[in-house]
Amino acid sequence: MSRARGDEEEYWHSSKFRAFTFDDEDDELSQLKESKRAVNSLRDIVDDDDDDLERVSWSGEPVGRRNKLPSFQSLSDALSDTGVKNYAPELRRPKAEYKDYSSDWSPKDTVRRMQRGKICSLERFRSLQDKLVLLDEAVAGHDGNVITAVLIFLKRTLRREILFRELEVRQVALCHLIHFLKETGEQKLLLDLLRFLDRTEEVALSQYREHLNIQDVEKRREFLKGCIGLPFSAEDTSHIQDHYTLLERQIIIEANDRHLESAGQSEIFRKYPRKASILNMPLVTTLFYSCFYHYTEAEGTFSSPTNLKKTFKIPDKQYVLTALAARAKLRAWDDVDALFTTKNWLGYTKKKAPIGFHRVVEILQRNNAPVQVLQEYVRLVEDVETRLNLATKYKCHDVVIETYRDLKDRIQLTAYKCKVERGSADEEKINSILNNMVRNACFFFQRLSSEMAVD
Amino acid sequence: MAAHLSSGRVNLTALREAGRRELREFLDKCAGSKAIVWDEYLTGPFGLIAQYSLLKEHEVEKMFTLKPGRLPPADVKNIIFFVRPKLELMDIITDNVLREDRGRSPQRDFHILFVPRRSLLCEQWLKEQGVLGSFIHREQYSLDLIPFDGDLLSMESESAFKECYLESDQTSLYHAAKGLMTLQALYGTIPQIFGKGECARHVANMMIRMKREFPGSQNSIFPVFDTLLLLDRNVDLLTPLATQLTYEGLIDEIYGIQNTYVKLPPEKFAPKKQGEGGKDLPTEPKKLQLNSAEELYAEIRDKNFNAVGSVLSKKAKIISAAFEERHHAKTVGEIKQFVSQLPHMQAARSSLANHTSIAELIKDITTSEDFFDNLTVEQEFMSGIDTDKVNNYIEDCIAQKHPLIKILRLVCLQSVCNSGLKQKVLDHYKREILQTYGYEHILTLNNLEKAGLLKPQTSGRNNYPTIRKTLRLWMDDVNEQNPNDISYVYSGYAPLSVRLAQLLARPGWRSIEEVLKMLPGPHFEERQQLPTGLQKKRQHGENRVTLVFFLGGVTYAEIAALRFLSQMEDGGTEYVIATTKLINGTSWIKSLMEKLEPAPF
Repeated sequence: MSRARGDEEEYWHSSKFRAFTFDDEDDELSQLKESKRAVNSLRDIVDDDDDDLERVSWSGEPVGRRNKLPSFQSLSDALSDTGVKNYAPELRRPKAEYKDYSSDWSPKDTVRRMQRGKICSLERFRSLQDKLVLLDEAVAGHDGNVITAVLIFLKRTLRREILFRELEVRQVALCHLIHFLKETGEQKLLLDLLRFLDRTEEVALSQYREHLNIQDVEKRREFLKGCIGLPFSAEDTSHIQDHYTLLERQIIIEANDRHLESAGQSEIFRKYPRKASILNMPLVTTLFYSCFYHYTEAEGTFSSPTNLKKTFKIPDKQYVLTALAARAKLRAWDDVDALFTTKNWLGYTKKKAPIGFHRVVEILQRNNAPVQVLQEYVRLVEDVETRLNLATKYKCHDVVIETYRDLKDRIQLTAYKCKVERGSADEEKINSILNNMVRNACFFFQRLSSEMAVD
Repeated sequence: MAAHLSSGRVNLTALREAGRRELREFLDKCAGSKAIVWDEYLTGPFGLIAQYSLLKEHEVEKMFTLKPGRLPPADVKNIIFFVRPKLELMDIITDNVLREDRGRSPQRDFHILFVPRRSLLCEQWLKEQGVLGSFIHREQYSLDLIPFDGDLLSMESESAFKECYLESDQTSLYHAAKGLMTLQALYGTIPQIFGKGECARHVANMMIRMKREFPGSQNSIFPVFDTLLLLDRNVDLLTPLATQLTYEGLIDEIYGIQNTYVKLPPEKFAPKKQGEGGKDLPTEPKKLQLNSAEELYAEIRDKNFNAVGSVLSKKAKIISAAFEERHHAKTVGEIKQFVSQLPHMQAARSSLANHTSIAELIKDITTSEDFFDNLTVEQEFMSGIDTDKVNNYIEDCIAQKHPLIKILRLVCLQSVCNSGLKQKVLDHYKREILQTYGYEHILTLNNLEKAGLLKPQTSGRNNYPTIRKTLRLWMDDVNEQNPNDISYVYSGYAPLSVRLAQLLARPGWRSIEEVLKMLPGPHFEERQQLPTGLQKKRQHGENRVTLVFFLGGVTYAEIAALRFLSQMEDGGTEYVIATTKLINGTSWIKSLMEKLEPAPF
């Protein structure tokens, strides 16, 4: 019962909280009369059901008897309690009894009745000609519910080739059938239809979609392998190929790592137990995983980052970003350093980042890198303004001080003094630079004045 | 209690009343005590029509949420399923019915109420499962247009856009046409119909056909609406992709408004009394209803968010001054008068407190660096800057694995503002997205392409600059505080859809024929004959009333822009808005994404 109460409460909260009174109805009595009149006339549109006494399903069986209600009635059918049992399937009445009621309806009337939620027999539409007229009427009415109902009837009673052929020239109906087949999961018929229509790319995508329903990874991999040959666009083909290759890799890596982890021999897995399996993860996540657990492996192994990079042609930028995030998370600052160090042919080393050093700083900061590490990269930010901003934000005093020194900005440097700890090395550094600046300035003035004197 | 529905130019209470009556009649058909099993999606829309008390009056004793398994043991005569006609729901119902204890006594009767329409497909499905015969009443409740506010109606059909533009399923258009017929039955025949787009054309055709086929629908009600404007969402794919910058629009962007309700993080709403220091901090989200019944909300909802703060602080001063009045009340009469105003003042104060808290929550986000960066990129695209190359910010967001929907919104926005992306740019984005978020999203990308949101530039020509200039979609001198143009709702961008409505009213679409031809679908005009005696003789200075129907969804910012036009002095037109669904960029893109998790069974 508690669940029931919970649900009730949920409803209370989801509807208005205020106590309900029927006052509004009295207040609006006049409007009500007016709208009642309006709705009465509306009835002709939505609820014109005087003409049928019998309800039959569109596959031909009667579904029950309905009582005619003389009064204003806005919902379509009404039944007295005694009529109840007539609805049970075992109590259906024989066909002969309803037949003459339904046989008079033209395709147009049939469609119109179905639009009003009435159930009609379609069995009497026997010839192909009749069936197609019925379908065209349904399409003209735009009611998908009716179109679909007619399509189900045609699907059941027409040969496949004929159905396909006729739908090819009836695009709206065709769309409805495709949607219907997708919804009901009739994959085989759907693919046959798309193939017949030569919509090969759709066939491919629709087939590929199926992999989502396969839980078992081995089976999923096999299925994806089968997808590679499907007629995708050139661009998509390479993605599908990659998808397959990735899953194949993941299965190998997963088996291997699960074993390593349970054996308890590997330090990295002991220290950082895996939170989830790597199966079915995106490529970039897989690369991160491999940079985290398998960074130092030789290119020959499937789990090494460099192998992944090569196999999937991961751009430099993407690779560096991912490796940086993974190594920073492990606080492996030497690896981070190596990531940006390049040697030229003379053997000189140089720092280079394909993603810009400001981004490097942000990622390191997010991983709580210590100031010593951080400032090394802040220093490498080329744009002076960005460098100053980052250095100030992350308290890399050295970098701020040096930058102001290089800019010969005494005012800013003096102002910055209050941001560093009193008596610290940083303060000393500022003081010494300021003094130097004064000395240099004096020297400059001396020279200037002596030169002027010479003049 | 539904006073906000009658506050507008058209009294929408009548529509709600018609809905309530229909519901009561259905409930009375199932005689005896009942339990309702709800398709959860429907409780929101139903809440706008009727409260629990109405159901109780008609012997509804229990309510459950539809889920598989055995139905809870409730001692009622009737079990009624309120469901949308969806096959996956039919499976759950089948499960419920099959597990029902046949031996229980007394036996419970089953009924189904399909909302908004009975579906032959669903009934066929139930039949195949062998349970169709178990239901005594199988009926439909045509909840086509639900009144949300005095000037706003929605069908709340989630998948309408997807069905129309991806699957070419026009069922929701059929419902729209039916809803319009209902509306005309209540508010008179609409003499003039304008439209732009394929779907608009279909709906107009259906309306004309329905009218012809049911001459009985000719009514004698004096027409309330002068004009109906039907607009396809795909005529303006741009607007919903941009971040809305009105107060209501931002609430929706950030927290999502569902059936006029919003759920907010509770921290800011903790009662600040008694100084109990953090004890009993509420953990349940704070749930608020947002509509024009709340005076303050009606005043600020459509303002640019930057203009909301000053209104709130002004209100705060007025209210505290009003409370101060008590010190000046000397005579008994004065005190009595003060006391009589107290409930109103207290309501105003709590409303002010709520909105101050909401504004604070929003401000935290709008002042964040990322919000600013995102907005900058959006505005660059909309004003036509660098739309033809790979955007750095988008790349960065992918690298940082921001939510996929955010990425898709931006990439689609760029594509729309460039009449399609260069093949190389498109391929680059696709590759990055698939590598970062998973290859299976190829299905979603494909859907977006089919819907025209993401596409390669085929003609080699970018029409957007011409459209932008002719329709003045980008305004550099936007006034957020005291707007003089609809572009204030996006701080510079004037929603294309609303511009079309504005230009239709004055000077007429003939002036923009060239641009209309660049936008997809036909534009047209139809007239519906009125019987003599019902033709309107307009009083001097009386405004026209136009119903704008957005097929495929409308955003709160677009609604705000139309309300702005309604209120313009010498505007001459007042607008009522109808739509298949209230959307924002996120919910819209989501509706187009391939469902990647397999169904629960």
